[in-house]
Amino acid sequence: MIISIASGKGGTGKTTVAVNLALVVEGKVRLLDCDVEEPNSGIFLDVHECKAEENTALVPEINNDACTACAKCSEFCRYNALATLATTVLVFPELCHSCGGCGLVCPENAISEVLRRIGVIEYGKSKNLEFFQGRLDIGNTMAPPLIRSVKRKIVDDALSIIDSPPGSSCPMIAATADADYVVLVTEPTPFGLHDLKLAVETIEVLELKHGVIINRAGERDEMIEDYCKEKNIPVLAKIQDDRRIAEAYSRGRTIINSYPEYIPLFKGLLERIMEEAGGIR
Amino acid sequence: MIIAITAQGEALESEVDSRFGRANQFIIFNTDDGNYTVEDNKQNLNSDQGAGIQSAEKIVKSGAQVLLTGHCGPKAFKVLQAAGVEVIVDVTGKIMDAINKYKAGELKAVDKPDVEGHWG
Repeated sequence: MIISIASGKGGTGKTTVAVNLALVVEGKVRLLDCDVEEPNSGIFLDVHECKAEENTALVPEINNDACTACAKCSEFCRYNALATLATTVLVFPELCHSCGGCGLVCPENAISEVLRRIGVIEYGKSKNLEFFQGRLDIGNTMAPPLIRSVKRKIVDDALSIIDSPPGSSCPMIAATADADYVVLVTEPTPFGLHDLKLAVETIEVLELKHGVIINRAGERDEMIEDYCKEKNIPVLAKIQDDRRIAEAYSRGRTIINSYPEYIPLFKGLLERIMEEAGGIR
Repeated sequence: MIIAITAQGEALESEVDSRFGRANQFIIFNTDDGNYTVEDNKQNLNSDQGAGIQSAEKIVKSGAQVLLTGHCGPKAFKVLQAAGVEVIVDVTGKIMDAINKYKAGELKAVDKPDVEGHWG
């Protein structure tokens, strides 16, 4: 079972929800921080047995002896990672999405794929929780290949909770695709609603079951609730706008460890997600 | 000789576009006969990434030996340099004036990009 915690807008509380949710799971659980450009779930966890492994992606290498500069590869590459000059092709590996298409369209077999380091996957353990995070190397922009590598740490016998990157573009899609359930965390502000709509549109295209959490809830929740009602999306939980939560967060502490009165909220949320994921919506 | 200029409009009276990769269009000017063609750049204006690279490829294909523009980033510069195209940055004003200034030897080529790379 895979639960992805996503949002449209950044800073709505994805990490807060992902970490606290993972900590109330009683069985085996894996928390995967797929926000590889700025992973921060680990700050809130007391993990040990830490390890790291290098992560690589395939990028093209041009064999200049065989290349006829026919430009088929650079015309094919929609990411503009290749440029054809009079007698050769220049490669910009930092723009490559590792699709392998250039090699397939090359009529001269002049393109081979080589491994290029893009980041690391870090690992740690804390009781029943195993934690993984991807960390993209500085200067790299290709988050999706690293996100997919982090997701290879998903195993069948543990509940997997994914902390997704914000937004609704490739990295968010890579982190939510093939989830059994997507939790969209939002806040009752015009920005929160606007970006929630973008996220919902994306999730609808992916045909994934989804529900909403209203974080920093208060007097303006209606704007989110009305939208959810209209779209028939369940509001799974509300986390009240509680200054103490922000204070705990700023000290790198979780809600449930700081304020145990919130444990039932996250346990209830977990149960609700399980129900929604199992049932027909 | 062929000169490529980033242009906001399609005429020689239009202004130089300060952007290279996402310039509105390129004017490809032949100093031998004074004729020019306009290369549309819509595709790169709308590309997610690598606009500079593709624009540079376009300039190389046009046969230009020199590029007059506002700014040029590292990836575009790499392509232009590999193809031996001279890059002149900080060019402003009308296209025709820029061409005349170049002909008069008032503009000097740079040996490195003048702005940082960026994404998107």
